[in-house]
Formats: sequence, structure tokens, C-alpha cells
Amino acid sequence: MSDITNQSLTSLVNNIKNKKLSSEEVTQAFVDRSEKSKELNAYITEDFSNAINKAKKFDQNPNLDLKLPGIPMAVKDLFCTENIRTTAGSKILKNFIPTYESTVTQNIWNEGAILLGKLNCDEFAMGSSNETSFYGNVQNPIDNGLVPGGSSGGSAAAVSGRLTPITIGTDTGGSIRQPASFTGTVGLKPTYGSCSRYGIVAFASSLDQAGPMAQNVEDCALLQEVISTYDKKDSTSIDFKRNDHSKELTKNIKGKKIGIPKEYRVEGMPKEIEDLWQKGIQYAKECGAEIIDISLPNTTYALPTYYIVAPAEASSNLARYDGVKYGFRAKGENLIDMYEKTRSEGFGAEVQRRIMIGTYVLSSGYYDAYYLKAQKVRKLIKNDFDEAYKKVDAILTPSTPSSAFKIGEKKDDPVSMYLNDIFTVPVNLAGLPAISIPAGHDASGYPLGLQIIGKAFKEQEILNVAYAMEDKINFKNKITDWWIK
Amino acid sequence: MTKDKSEYLIERHNNVYEVVIGLEVHAQVTSNSKLFSSSSTKFGAEPNTQVSLVDAAFPGMLPVINEFCVKQAIKTGIGLKAKINKRSVFDRKNYFYADLPQGYQISQFKYPIVGEGTVILDMPEGQKEVGIERLHLEQDAGKSIHDMDPQNTLVDLNRSGVALMEIVSKPDLRTPDEVSAYIKKLRSIMRYLGTCDGNMQEGSLRADVNISVRLKDSKELGTRCEIKNVNSIKFMQMAIDYEANRQVDLIEEGKSIDQETRLFDTKKNETRSMRSKEDAHDYRYFPDPDLLPLEVTDEFINELKADIPELPDDKKKRFIDEFKVSPYEATILVSDIETAKYFEEVVAKMGKNQDIKLAVNWITGELFAVLNNKNLEISQSPISAKNLAKLVNLIKNGTISGKIAKTIFELMIDGDKDPQTIVEEKGLKQESDPKALEALIDKIIDDNREKAIEYKNGKEKLFGFFVGQAMKVSGGKANPQLINEILKKKL
Repeated sequence: MSDITNQSLTSLVNNIKNKKLSSEEVTQAFVDRSEKSKELNAYITEDFSNAINKAKKFDQNPNLDLKLPGIPMAVKDLFCTENIRTTAGSKILKNFIPTYESTVTQNIWNEGAILLGKLNCDEFAMGSSNETSFYGNVQNPIDNGLVPGGSSGGSAAAVSGRLTPITIGTDTGGSIRQPASFTGTVGLKPTYGSCSRYGIVAFASSLDQAGPMAQNVEDCALLQEVISTYDKKDSTSIDFKRNDHSKELTKNIKGKKIGIPKEYRVEGMPKEIEDLWQKGIQYAKECGAEIIDISLPNTTYALPTYYIVAPAEASSNLARYDGVKYGFRAKGENLIDMYEKTRSEGFGAEVQRRIMIGTYVLSSGYYDAYYLKAQKVRKLIKNDFDEAYKKVDAILTPSTPSSAFKIGEKKDDPVSMYLNDIFTVPVNLAGLPAISIPAGHDASGYPLGLQIIGKAFKEQEILNVAYAMEDKINFKNKITDWWIK
Repeated sequence: MTKDKSEYLIERHNNVYEVVIGLEVHAQVTSNSKLFSSSSTKFGAEPNTQVSLVDAAFPGMLPVINEFCVKQAIKTGIGLKAKINKRSVFDRKNYFYADLPQGYQISQFKYPIVGEGTVILDMPEGQKEVGIERLHLEQDAGKSIHDMDPQNTLVDLNRSGVALMEIVSKPDLRTPDEVSAYIKKLRSIMRYLGTCDGNMQEGSLRADVNISVRLKDSKELGTRCEIKNVNSIKFMQMAIDYEANRQVDLIEEGKSIDQETRLFDTKKNETRSMRSKEDAHDYRYFPDPDLLPLEVTDEFINELKADIPELPDDKKKRFIDEFKVSPYEATILVSDIETAKYFEEVVAKMGKNQDIKLAVNWITGELFAVLNNKNLEISQSPISAKNLAKLVNLIKNGTISGKIAKTIFELMIDGDKDPQTIVEEKGLKQESDPKALEALIDKIIDDNREKAIEYKNGKEKLFGFFVGQAMKVSGGKANPQLINEILKKKL
């Protein structure tokens, strides 16, 4: 059994296609391991018995031409799933059962995959440690008491802990790449407009993107190929020629130019991160890539810009949770009183903080100084990348400024928490694709990730670089199954 | 209060005030589906039966622009002789209300789809140009119903997300009559274009009225008040009258006017403060990140331009040139596209030997009276243009007299009967045969010898008696002109 859960997605797909494994066997194995892994608190909603029924049904008449034939998969609880509760990690959606399916999850089911359940995340994807979830924090399978990162913390823990063969997360400022880095897994944030946002609970509409989280680059490429489709239901979805990522995947990156931005060498960055970066540069060279020093001068403004743009959009996106139509409603004396009580009781502290920041920066008299200026800086940051990409094909940086931290360590210090996103946020502001791959361990044996940032729509390029480097790095995640008694 | 009909001035002591009015008209776009969803927009459906997941703002739902509504807005812009902006942006207007499911209205704030334009008003004293500031697209909200349940407010989201055009005028209007003419002209243009049905009862057309007053000949604008959501021309005029006088009274008392939003109470005929400037909402407008800026090409606009029908101003000019109707008649005929259509059809059906003047009289006289009486639109006219044309021709060629025509007209109403058939069936054809009439008159004179002698001796009044006798004996069918001629000769 444990043999099954240790397999990569690609190998499970092959084994099912070759009829060495049935969907039921695979599904049962992941259900069993998930059942034994409650301590990780990776799930908000389990759908195990349905999953096994669906697997049995699949086996009766298996369509083996599909890309994910009978593969069980748990997904972040930010994706609306038809008839399955979708909470976004919030109390305000505690009993919300959508009557519709997000485009991204629909694409996955269309390729034969089976829903295992909904994975924990920071409330409305606002957080970097999965501690803002109304459904409790998630444990990092790497070590007891360690955060898995956020906001896709449940997703990262579930892949890393082998509760699901693969999963999807969403990334607004690093919510796929940072937890991937913290858990020794691979996470891709696609180009803005690559994956449809239809049916994903919105955090910050101009930044949100869904993406795959996997055990390795090959798996990641396969899932990206499945989820990325042009969708008329999302006006920001872009109709471009999408690659067959898994087929086009190659380790040959000879002559590719990889940029090293000096501005990512931030003050107070631990030496082990700098060392990891240097190691990464070395690996890239060994793969035949050419290393070029570049400058992204406006990087320092990315974090403050992000913390204006994202809360501004969030403050408006979350206005619909008002107790009137669906979700949690508190009793009130009148309409205003009902609103106030519903939203005070229904939203957690971090969400309330961001709604207030967002409301403030959009207020008349402050709009120009904050929101408008942030939009201008955002343009400058994008221009920086455009300039850099005249010289290079991809950019290599650390994924995070540190390894995973302890649960509770940064909970009461939002600014220190926000600093976690320093390397990931510029990518979202520029709408670019980026992948985080595990590249080493810190002194405590916790994983560290490297980020490869690509040109818009060039997911294939960074998947190839990641694939080549993964081979050289030969990373082994140190999972002891400490939570299984 | 006012002496010159064309002026609307308010006098207090020795001060004469002028009223400055600007309108923000909300016109519902004629479209089968909503601005950002495919839900139906049909009026009068059961509550909450025309609501999509997008309209009810479910988590993860996204707006997708309805291209037809964009075309309608651009067409309206063309009709207002306005600048079409090739790039416009949808913004979110954020506020909380139970009938606003998203917690924001998608509207256009900084970059509207249509810029400056003009509307020409035909006032009795001549034409007047009114400037259009802008036209933008936005979503309508749902409806809160407060009087159906003692404890709860009920919400109907059928209207939520329906496309509206907000048309903002410059403060160019000066009188309640101009406001009425402006609304009617806007409605007429949109009905010609098929972009808004202009139905005020169903709320397809509503207006916010901005009013300020100033001493006549002053150049500066006074502090304005905005009267929200007035839904009939009559109420607009009443509200303006009340509000302008209220403002003048305040100034005369040495008080200042607060810039505020007011409501018009139709029962009490007064305006009341809704919220002051200080309480005004901070809508936190910002570009909607779910929607890309709306970009249209010259080609797209030109295709729509090619599709624009002849509009009232051009039609009026053509009617005057082609049909030689008076400007006054032309204004009436073109004010409603259906009237213009009816008129042109009558003209066409009359054929070569046409009497347009007579046709206009019949349309604006008898026909309008019947429609008014029966509360019908001209498109529902009980008498078809074809039959009205026949009736006019029967008069013109002397088959029937104007008097008989009225009788026939009454008979035509029931079932759109052919006037020719009525003439034949009822034997109403005018007697114009001089020989027959001479014989008829000879007999009358013979029967009334004494009166004929009296007439000859100078009692000229008796001429009418003989005419009356001739009509009576002929059953009203005798050609009155011939009767006159023959009588003069014979008596």
C-alpha cells in the first residue's frame, strides 16, 4: 500500500494505463493514508467514500486514453466544487455548497481524476503559514510544529505527506511557490490568464492564478497541461497556443540564458539561502545554461505595492459575503447591524485587517497616493522584467528568504509574515509564470526552494529548466511520517 | 410668476432668479440578456426567477460583457451626435445594500464609452441645443421590497445586473418645459434606435434631477441639489418647481443652500433631504480587475453607424422638404417613430393625387383623438394606414364630403373596415350629378314657393334653409358645393 502512495503521478498514471493498478487500489491507498494523517489537518472536507465509489465505477469501464485516468486528487478549498462544501478556509462560508464547478477542477475531472476532498488553506488565501484558516493550522509533514507555508498550505502538506498524488493551489503573491518551497515539493504559478479563474473564490482578481503542486517537475507539467485552457467565462483568460507540456518536456537547456537579479540579494537574508542560490547557479551552468547578471531595479517596491493592490481588490471582492444571500449570517437589529455582526464574526483577523487596508487605500483622498501610485509602480516592475527578458530566457532566484518557520512564530507580526513573499510577489505583479523546485536543505534539514521565473506564456521554458536542474539537484525530501502513530 | 412663456423665472421682491437644471437619465438598454450575464431581462417575471449565479454574486463568479449592450450604447452615442470613446473602462462602485449582491455596482467612472454630444429641442419659440456630458454603461441593482412583510425586507434580484445607460446632460436646461422636451427627445431618439423602450411606468427610463438657482444674468452656478430617481415627466416638473422655489426662499432669507441629495415625495409634492454632502457615500471607485478595458475599433463603430436609421431631426427636415408640412406638424409627426412610420405609410398608400395636408389633419386630429380616448399607441391603431389613406382619397376626389367622412371614420374603428366598402354598403356616396341635383332642387323650390318668393324679395337668410332642405332630402349625400351653385342659379 505505502508503495502506491510513494509513487509519482506519472508512474501511477502509467500503472493504471498498463492495468498494473486499478483506480480503486490507488484511491484506497491515498484514502487510507489520508485517514491516518488527520494530525496534519490538511483536509477541511473529506469525500473519501464517494471517491472510492467513483474509482470502482471508473474501473468498471476505464477510459485509459485520459490524461489522469482514475487518479484520486484532493484540491485546495478555494475551488468551487459542485455539491461539495467549499469554505475558502473561512467561517463565513462554513456551510456553503456550490451548485457549480470551477473550470480548473472541471478540466481535471474531464481527464478522469477523482475528488478526494478539499484541502485546508489560509482564510480566503490570505496568509503565508496556513494559520489564518478558520479550520485550524496545518502541520508541515517535514516536522512537527512547523508551518507548511500558505496560503496553499493544506495542498503542499498533502502532496509532501503523500495524502494525494498531486494537487492544485492558487497563487496571488506566492501561495503556491512558498508552501512548495517549505514542504520540498514543486509548485508552478502559471502566466496570468493561463488558467481560468471561473469558480475560484476570488482574493485579488488581477493577481490570482491557479496552478499545479506536485512531487516532481514531470507531474507538474502534466497537470499544468490539463488545467490551462482558454475560458470565455473568465474575461481575463487569454487565448494563446498552449503547449503539450509533458510531451515537450526536455532536459536540454543548453545555451539558455538565465538571469541572476542582484536586487534579490536582500538585507538580512540567511547565508544558507545565498549558498543555495549559488548552488543553483552552479547547477544551471552544469546543465549548459549561460548565467547573466541582470537588474530588476524596482524589486524593493514590489512588496508595498502588492500590499496595496491585493487588499484593495480583496476589500471589494469580499463585499459579497454580507449574510444576505448565502453563507454565515449573524442576527442583527437592522440591515447595517446584521452586516457588521456577520462580517465581524464571519471573517478572521487577517481578513479583516486586509479589508480595512484595502478600504483605506481606495478611499477618496487616499486613492491617488496609494492605489494609483501602486498601479504605476506595478507597471515599472513589469517594465523591469520586460527589459531583463531582452537579455535572458529565464530568471533564477531563491523562492523564499527562509525555510519553514514554527507554528505561532510569526502569527502576531504581520509585517514579518508579509516579508516571506518578497521573492514571489513581483512575479504576480508582472503576471509572469514561475516555478519553485526543491533544491536543498537548511541546517535543520528543512527544505529550501529555488524559483525560476519565465517570460509570459513560456511555462514550457521554465518547466524545462526546472526539469534539467531537478536532475542535477537530485533532491530527497526527508519525510519521517512522524504524525502516523 | 413668469410672464414670457419661454422663460421660467422666479421673482421675489426685486430679485429675479433663473433656474439651472441638469439631468442624469438612467435608460434601460433594450437587450434580451443582462450586461454581464445571460439571464433574461423580461419585465414582470416572478421574483428571483431571472437570476444567474453571476447576478447573485456567488463565490468565484465572473462578469462577461454582453457585446450587444455595448453596441446599443454606441448606437445611442451616435444618435446623440456624441464622441464614441474607443477605449472605456469598467469600474466598481462599492457600497453595501441588500439588493446589491456583489457589494459593488459595475459602472464606468473615469472613462465612459460615450463622451460629449448634443440633443436639439424643438421648443415653441425655436430650437434649443442641450449639451450631453457623457453616456456610460452600468448594472442596475435589484429591488428591495419593504411593504410585503412586517419584519423583513424582501429582495428581488430579477433586475440585478440589467444594463443601464446613464446619460448625463450639461446644466443647459432652464425650464420644466425644456426638461419635458429633453426627456421626450431622448426617448424619441432611443426608440428610433431601438436602444431603450423609454417605458417610464416599467422603470426603463428614470432620472436624477440636478437643480440650482441664480440671479438672472449671473454667470456663476449656484449650489445644486440632486433629486434622486424621479420616474415621470410630470413629477420631474413638479419637483423642479418645488425645489427651485425652496432654494430661492432660502437665499431670500439670507440662508445658504446645502449641496445634498433629496427625494421627491409625490404625495406631498415636496422634496426632502436624503443625505448631505458630508454623509455622501465614498464609493471607492477603482477599475474592475475582472474585466479588461473595453476597446472598440473604428471599423466596429462604422459598422454600427451604417446601421443607424434616419433620426427625428433628419426626418423632420425631410418631411418639411418633401411633403411641405409645417415645422410644427413635422415635429409632431416625427416625435414618435411609430407616428412617423404611420404617416409615411399613409402618404405612400394615397398614391399620386395625394392631399398630404388633409392626411396630416386626419392623423393629428381624428386619429390621435381616438388613440387618446382608447389609450392606445399608434402602433396599435384600430385604423390601418392603408384605410386611412383611402378615406383621405375619398374626400379628396369628391366621393364623400368631410362630414360624411367623419361618420365613415367612426364605422372604420370597429374592425379596420375599408371606407370604400362602407360607402358602398351604406350608400353614402356623395351626389355630384348636376342633373340629379337640379331635379332635386327644382322639387324643393316647387314645394316651398312662398319661401322662394320671400328670398327673392330680399330675405337672404332663407338661402340656408334651402341648402338644409337639399341636404335633408338627399340624406346628407348631396355635394354641398354644387347645391350652393345650383341654388344661386335657380332662386
